[in-house]
Amino acid sequence: MEKPLASGPAELFARIDDYSVANTAAALSEGIVLTTLDNAVNWARKNSIWPMTFGLACCAIELMAAGASRFDIARFGSEVMRFSPRQSDVMIVAGTVTYKMALAVKRIYDQMAEPKWVIAMGACASTGGMYRSYSVLQGVDHILPVDVYVAGCPPRPEALLDALIKLQNKVAKEPVLSTQKTVPA
Amino acid sequence: MTALELAQKLKGKFGDVLAEPVEFRGEITLKLADAGRIVEVCSFAKSELGFDFLVDITSLDNYGDDPRWTIVYHLYGIGHRCHVRLKTDVSEEGSEISTVTGVWRTADWHEREIYDMMGIRFRGHPDLRRILMWEGYPYFPLRKDFPLAGKPTDLPEVAFTRPAPLEGGPFVTVAGGKDTIAREPRVRIPEN
Repeated sequence: MEKPLASGPAELFARIDDYSVANTAAALSEGIVLTTLDNAVNWARKNSIWPMTFGLACCAIELMAAGASRFDIARFGSEVMRFSPRQSDVMIVAGTVTYKMALAVKRIYDQMAEPKWVIAMGACASTGGMYRSYSVLQGVDHILPVDVYVAGCPPRPEALLDALIKLQNKVAKEPVLSTQKTVPA
Repeated sequence: MTALELAQKLKGKFGDVLAEPVEFRGEITLKLADAGRIVEVCSFAKSELGFDFLVDITSLDNYGDDPRWTIVYHLYGIGHRCHVRLKTDVSEEGSEISTVTGVWRTADWHEREIYDMMGIRFRGHPDLRRILMWEGYPYFPLRKDFPLAGKPTDLPEVAFTRPAPLEGGPFVTVAGGKDTIAREPRVRIPEN
């Protein structure tokens, strides 16, 4: 390209755009790929979904197994278990949510930065499970917008990894500038 | 010294309010007639008889009977390794008894649990808050007249509860059935 230097980013991008549209084959060989912003950002997002672990019962043991070497959640970019809501993307609610704990679950979820997702791991988090009782919240979807439910009591680590892959597929399709999610009334 | 001898000593000191020690399967139970003197009896048991460990405090709901509540203190001595159980009744009108946190500090959480589950208050307790249910919950769920599924409550912007779907339950088992089929958990509607 025998042209003077671009005056700024806008002109540079416009020039790359024009060039690569005009010379598609050449652009590829020079390492230029065209995509949409949604695709590019979501590609980054879906491969580094950091979990906010919320281990509340025996499901947390399977969650730990999913993080250890045999199942290795790092293969999906989710090995960075954050114990701070500020730095995490997905809340894995693993276990029985009592009404008393529900206050803390909701509060931690509210403290997470957007974008954020929720996996309800196991029967208790999904529906209350076998605890048909005055003290247990009958499904965490009463207070949080759940993206993926995992069946099982407790689910095997493979099931959690499957949920993670499903969540990745979902993240890949979301508009980057999507609005905040809420629990449907 | 055996648990029975220790119980006899306690009975000797508070003969006017304590019943004869009852032994059942090697365990000693003493009934205290006047709940107002529980602190006095407990302090004596700790300081003079070596019951330095309060294992637990539990409560019973004798629903339909008067007095409605029974409070049970499980005492143990690490030095002499003897257990003694101390029972006392509390009527529903007052639903109140003196705290023994001044005798054993561990009574703090045991008494909070009883307050949370049964609604019996402990006079003089340093921090009588709920311990298992959330602060502001209006019911006492271990009472016999409280349904297993719970009752709906709403504290806007704070918390809520909904009755759990029991799908035809509660499924309860009855002790003493002849075989496993008779003891199996089934729908048993309490007759009332």
